[in-house]
Amino acid sequence: MAAPMLRWVGRGRLWTFARVDGGSCHRREAPTGSTSNWIRGQSSVAQQPLYTTQKPRKGEHKWAAVVGLEIHAQISSNSKLFSGSQVRFSAPPNSLVSFFDASLPGTLPVLNRRCVEAAVMTGLALNCHINKKSLFDRKHYFYADLPAGYQITQQRLPIAVNGSLTYGVCAGKKQSQVIPKTVRIKQIQLEQDSGKSLHDDLRSQTLIDLNRAEGQLRVDANISVHHPGEPLGVRTEVKNLNSIRFLAKAIDYEIQRQINELENGGEILNETRSFHYQLGCTMSMRDKEGKQDYRFMPEPNLPPLVLYDATSLPAGADPQQVINIDQIRETLPELPSVTRERLVQQYGMLLEHSFTLLNEVGLLEFFQNVIKETRAEPKKVTSWVLNTFLGYLKQQNLAVSERCGSDVYTEESKCSDSEQPFMDALTVCDVNVFSLLGAASPVTPSALAELLDLLDSRTISSAAAKEVFEELWKREGKTPGQIVSEKQLELMEDRGALEQLCHSMMEAHPQVVMDLKKGNPRAINKLIGLVRKATQSRADPAMIKEILEKKLSS
Amino acid sequence: MLGRTLQEVSAALKQGQITPTELCQKCLSLIKKTKFLNAYITVSEEVALKQAEESEKRYKNGQSLGDLDGIPIAVKDNFSTSGIETTCASNMLKGYIPPYNATVVQKLLDQGALLMGKTNLDEFAMGSGSTDGIFGPVKNPWSYSKQYREKRKQNPHSKNEDSDWLITGGSSGGSAAAVSAFTCYAALGSDTGGSTRNPAAHCGLVGFKPSYGLVSRHGLIPLVNSMDVPGILTRCVDDAAIVLGALAGPDPKDSTTVHDPINKPFMLPSLADVSKLCIGIPKEYLIPELSSEVRSLWSKAADLFESEGAKVLEVSLPHTSYSIVCYHVLCTSEVASNMARFDGLQYGHRCDINVSTEAMYAATRREGFNDVVRGRILSGNFFLLKENYENYFVKAQKVRRLIANDFVNAFNSGVDVLLTPTTLSEAVPYLEFIKEDNRTRSAQDDIFTQAVNMAGLPAVSIPVALSNQGLPIGLQFIGRAFCDQQLLTVARWFEKQVQFPVIQLQELMDDCSAVLENEKSASVSLKQ
Repeated sequence: MAAPMLRWVGRGRLWTFARVDGGSCHRREAPTGSTSNWIRGQSSVAQQPLYTTQKPRKGEHKWAAVVGLEIHAQISSNSKLFSGSQVRFSAPPNSLVSFFDASLPGTLPVLNRRCVEAAVMTGLALNCHINKKSLFDRKHYFYADLPAGYQITQQRLPIAVNGSLTYGVCAGKKQSQVIPKTVRIKQIQLEQDSGKSLHDDLRSQTLIDLNRAEGQLRVDANISVHHPGEPLGVRTEVKNLNSIRFLAKAIDYEIQRQINELENGGEILNETRSFHYQLGCTMSMRDKEGKQDYRFMPEPNLPPLVLYDATSLPAGADPQQVINIDQIRETLPELPSVTRERLVQQYGMLLEHSFTLLNEVGLLEFFQNVIKETRAEPKKVTSWVLNTFLGYLKQQNLAVSERCGSDVYTEESKCSDSEQPFMDALTVCDVNVFSLLGAASPVTPSALAELLDLLDSRTISSAAAKEVFEELWKREGKTPGQIVSEKQLELMEDRGALEQLCHSMMEAHPQVVMDLKKGNPRAINKLIGLVRKATQSRADPAMIKEILEKKLSS
Repeated sequence: MLGRTLQEVSAALKQGQITPTELCQKCLSLIKKTKFLNAYITVSEEVALKQAEESEKRYKNGQSLGDLDGIPIAVKDNFSTSGIETTCASNMLKGYIPPYNATVVQKLLDQGALLMGKTNLDEFAMGSGSTDGIFGPVKNPWSYSKQYREKRKQNPHSKNEDSDWLITGGSSGGSAAAVSAFTCYAALGSDTGGSTRNPAAHCGLVGFKPSYGLVSRHGLIPLVNSMDVPGILTRCVDDAAIVLGALAGPDPKDSTTVHDPINKPFMLPSLADVSKLCIGIPKEYLIPELSSEVRSLWSKAADLFESEGAKVLEVSLPHTSYSIVCYHVLCTSEVASNMARFDGLQYGHRCDINVSTEAMYAATRREGFNDVVRGRILSGNFFLLKENYENYFVKAQKVRRLIANDFVNAFNSGVDVLLTPTTLSEAVPYLEFIKEDNRTRSAQDDIFTQAVNMAGLPAVSIPVALSNQGLPIGLQFIGRAFCDQQLLTVARWFEKQVQFPVIQLQELMDDCSAVLENEKSASVSLKQ
């Protein structure tokens, strides 16, 4: 049934807070050395103004927050986890539903090999221990978009456990310093996704789409606060967060809410909450039956999932019938942390730059292709790709390459999730484009490489290079070389001509020359500017300066 | 012709003594005549006649599909049949027409079998009498047999005969009655705790439960997934073997089917000599509730093996007494889970209440399920609650393992096949049966059969003899996992020795003498 889902459960994200007496506002303490377990996720950068730096006053009681994330990620597979029906983005509702997906009586789950491989690969990438034997369970609850009345998941013995992920956190005064952090991963489990409910309040109807998941990422955050050294607090679960930004907002809000509640003598209920995208707050989902008992039970229709490695692989085993962990390990691509390390080593790049290169789909490949074709210094290439090229892309909502167009993900996609039965689907969420939309970049790696070569060989100035880049962006099919010659952007190499120009400029502006001679050295800049302007920025400012200085001192 | 075995009528079809259409019409006519037995919920007359027509063409062209081509069969109404209503004898699925065939149904149709209809059962196969379905109880054809009626005449205490009819046992009672009353040559039952073997014993039939994993469950509306097995009801062991041959094998749609543990085609070697055989008699199966007649037949059967040179050993299955309780916990837990999908949203019954989704679920399920089903759902959910799971479900699973190990140990001690009773006694009258509730009855009636399901073993009930009342009594053989062939080979040898009499239904069918007149074989021994 169901689009296949991978569920990661991470834990151990710790926050520490300063408590302010009696006030209604509780500000988060700055990341000073004194609070060593303070982690600030990149994801909550947008929230910074909310918590301005303030040192705890004497006698204040500190709060620590514990956050565990349950991350639901859709596996990129052609068919569903337990049925042969297809997985396709934006297919018409209920067009990809097999008899099993509709839970017709008598149908049985059949595990999709590709999904198992993806889970193993994810487990390896996240440094997990892969369980050679894992089990499937049924998790029961009644909901209209759960036609079987239970969901097949891996609760007791999941496919992978005990992993870790190292990531970077922006810190420092300018938020530009990247500090590596590690989050522990408790388990990775294969899980069938439920269907999708669309609630139509006007007609008092709920429409069900059993094609299932279209949201590629969905996070439930478990949050509690306590005083360090004391037992953990009661946790709440904020369900169905579907973007990093909302996740951070929800966590920040919920931590603050819990602190406020406790400091005002209230108590935290072990409950599920939803995040209101517009109001930016969490609210109780008010389950009628109170706490759900999912009545977990082994899934009797799926035998234990047994994986092999080179040592345990039975002789003569049909490769179609077994999954070899070692074989999957070999096909694992270079992992982002390794790539970042390599970029820093190989190109002398700043760590934060390596993060940016990897965070944008296709950007690294673009960068590497430019590097391959240009003589320019890697640092120059990095600067151009990250500043100029990425700047243009973001400004115009373009993707690095066409391929990315299909990866578009909007926050609308899961807005009317099953767990928000009382909200109007259309008003809950603003459509927030999460990835870079639309067409691909008009500038190819080769074109940028050629441009950088022109710059490197001092054929053109930096300013001229920017102009060429802008021309390239117009998609007129011209090469940088063609643009340079058409627009006559080459640097003025003729020293004699430049000397002549400088001379006439000095004569035309005696006042400036006087200033200079009176001892205002900055006045030379005015002359340089005038000369450059006269050359349509084709002259090298350094050479102009040298000529001017020579003439002035003579 | 109707009284013949599947193997015999198959030969007759091949020799052109009768055409599939003629055979089909005869069966349909008898189904109508015996409608009062309530064996069928749906008679698929049109489908059967069309299939017969196609079969007839194949025979004419010399392209017969094999032993099952043109053979009328019936299927319990908990197997999905494409385009034919499948109710599980429940209000919940009244009117539900599946869009696909269960794998076993498809396999039978692919072999050319004619689907006569869907047979009656206890609601969702929960019961041991075939008395607790919404279409009413199934009547045992033996109630109307010459053998039983003559015995009753001798009994001065017998009252109004018409209200004194007997139950078939269950839950596959409809399938058993259908085969027993000659309306078809084989029928599919399902067997979760004995639901095929129990009615087979009460109706004088062979009731075979294959090893778990040998036959696909895809399309069988589940009772307990970890114990359900499609069962086969036939008039003799050879027929069961033919049907098993058509059904056995891995199914990509059922991940619990096993890859090729058994050689096909499924042929039973003839067993002339039992001297190399070791028969185990589990001592724990000798319980006070066992009727003296069954006990005596069991003992005679053991003697028969011994006298023919087989080794007969008393063996111990020490955890037997815990089995039925353990079965109850595991069965109701899976039932609670399996029944969760019946919420009235997508298929089946839906109530008129629409105040809220929850209220709709509740009312739909209250109206859709009978007390037995609701009771099992309730207990199952209790056992699965977080606070109870370890104390009930997990413990029951551990006991299940011990029970399975009991069998392994018995077989490892050199025993080839176990011989036990199938039921405590012969079939009882309906009025007698309903004095106890379904739960009590199931606990009593599954006593010898459900442990086999917990262990996943193959087992077969063979009719042995008639009781003093003129009613059939069956005994059960239990084999090693996936040694179904060996089990059936021993069962066939035994069947040949005991020469169980054929049911004599002439009186019942006086008014359909036209049908039976030509069927001298109806009163001739099946074993000739």
